[in-house]
Amino acid sequence: MNRNLIIGSLLSALFLLAALVSFIWTPFDYTALSIPDRLQSPNGTHILGTDHFGRDILSLIMVGARTSIAVALVAVGIGMGIGIPLGLWAAARRGSLIDEVIMRGNDLVFAFPSLVIAILITAVFGAGAINAIIAIGIFNIPVFARITRGAALSLWEREFILAARVAGKSAARISVEHILPNVTNLLIVQGTIQFSLGILAEAGLSYVGLGAQPPIPSWGRMLADAQTMVSLAPHMALMPGFAIILTVLGLNLMGDGLRDYLDPRLRRTRS
Amino acid sequence: MIRYTLKRLLSLVISLAVASVVIFTVIEVAPGDPASFMLGLNAQPETLAALRTELGLDASKLERYVTWITGMLSGDFGTSYTYRTPVADMVTQRMWVSVPLAVYALALSTVIAFPAGIYAAARRGRAGDVGVMSATQLGVAIPNFWFAMMLVLLFAIKLRWFSAGGFVGWDKGLFAGLHSLTLPAIALALPQAAILARVMRSALLDVLGEDFMRTARAKGLTARQALWRHGLRNAMIPVLTIIGLQFSFLLAGGIIIEQVFYLPGLGRLIFQSISARDLIVVESVTMLLVFAVIFVNFTVDMAYAAVDPRLRART
Repeated sequence: MNRNLIIGSLLSALFLLAALVSFIWTPFDYTALSIPDRLQSPNGTHILGTDHFGRDILSLIMVGARTSIAVALVAVGIGMGIGIPLGLWAAARRGSLIDEVIMRGNDLVFAFPSLVIAILITAVFGAGAINAIIAIGIFNIPVFARITRGAALSLWEREFILAARVAGKSAARISVEHILPNVTNLLIVQGTIQFSLGILAEAGLSYVGLGAQPPIPSWGRMLADAQTMVSLAPHMALMPGFAIILTVLGLNLMGDGLRDYLDPRLRRTRS
Repeated sequence: MIRYTLKRLLSLVISLAVASVVIFTVIEVAPGDPASFMLGLNAQPETLAALRTELGLDASKLERYVTWITGMLSGDFGTSYTYRTPVADMVTQRMWVSVPLAVYALALSTVIAFPAGIYAAARRGRAGDVGVMSATQLGVAIPNFWFAMMLVLLFAIKLRWFSAGGFVGWDKGLFAGLHSLTLPAIALALPQAAILARVMRSALLDVLGEDFMRTARAKGLTARQALWRHGLRNAMIPVLTIIGLQFSFLLAGGIIIEQVFYLPGLGRLIFQSISARDLIVVESVTMLLVFAVIFVNFTVDMAYAAVDPRLRART
């Protein structure tokens, strides 16, 4: 085990736990408005303070973690669910027309400014968590397709794959039974990175009002609310910001740590 | 080189064509037709019909697509429904904010990232390296719009060195203009600088292991001289690619930062048009941004191939 992996996993686990616990318990009811208590700085009762409606910020952050994690997780799921089969297919038919079509299609999606398209999608189909998921998920597809294909290509040259072919297994079966298990490590590492990017993207979309809609709390929305209050109540902006940074940092460290842990050969070349 | 150029040009055209179809389709399949989308739920039937005619919605989808594209190609981006002004004029005006902002941010990102990356590579594995690398980990984890708010809090509200938002206009002079773009540019540059510093470091580390670096040391250069004369030059190729990609990212990424600082740029134009349901503006400005990004990437590829002949052969 290495330090990155430990710190990263702990941070990620902390926010996952916060999200899960929020289903059964939060310090305060996150929907309860209490105008007399508004804009309190962090204190004994409200550990992270209250917002402009007197809602408890810690409770909002805990429930907001649900939104961030759910959106990013499903977006990564879309990317993996479509991208990995495409990558495996392209590698199995390497050099053929279908390989070319898949890879050029990937380049095309890559060339798009993802943020602009995400904004377009959410603007037209309406703001909301589902559309944010789709917008973020689409841009995850080429990432996973490319990584899968790249890793699978070199595997197809290996002896054990040759053996499987001699044994009469079909390309599809080889892809699933022999190629996929051998690229899983890479995909997990990339998954954590895309997960952290998804959280940042969700926060950005929610911040401009195109992500999760009220009353669903989300970290990006909390920051948008905080913007006009930033001089009166800086903690309203600080706390959700720290939540985003720590989560993303945790996931990135975990990704780095996992890469070193799963593939010790990389350790020497990287440091 | 000609073959390569043609190939890249073809893929540029295809990308743009697909992009335009995607954008057009997204706008088309919007719930309700654009006219009712623009006017909202309480529109009078007569107004609706008038707007439909004005927008040319009576024509077929294909006809409208062709009209839109040929218009864009000849510089006619349509007329804004809310402002009643040509979109092209609005875009030109806004570009004077968005493009300088992206250039400014790119310059800052490079100025921060180069020394940081070189320093980290030179002190590989030591405290300085660990420090720079930890800072970049933090840099990529910070959402730029949040960082922007913190900059406003510190430099605009507490210290009063900068204004909290808005743009004074270039007619107030270059310095005043740059001054009001400084905080947004810093906010935009930070995560990019972190990425660039990491690329710089790893590119340098790759080069440092090369035989010619050993030769350089063997002929009597100090480690520092070898790094500056031979290492940097060879490490520049991946670094330049990332810089190119970052420019297009900064141009598109400015959208959110412009919101934070109330800058009258292209991003703000898109958002204002979205809330005003001005779909023609949204459609044309989105297409323009996509064009800018794809075109910048194309230019980077071409510049890259001109410098490094190996790349031409590979594709």
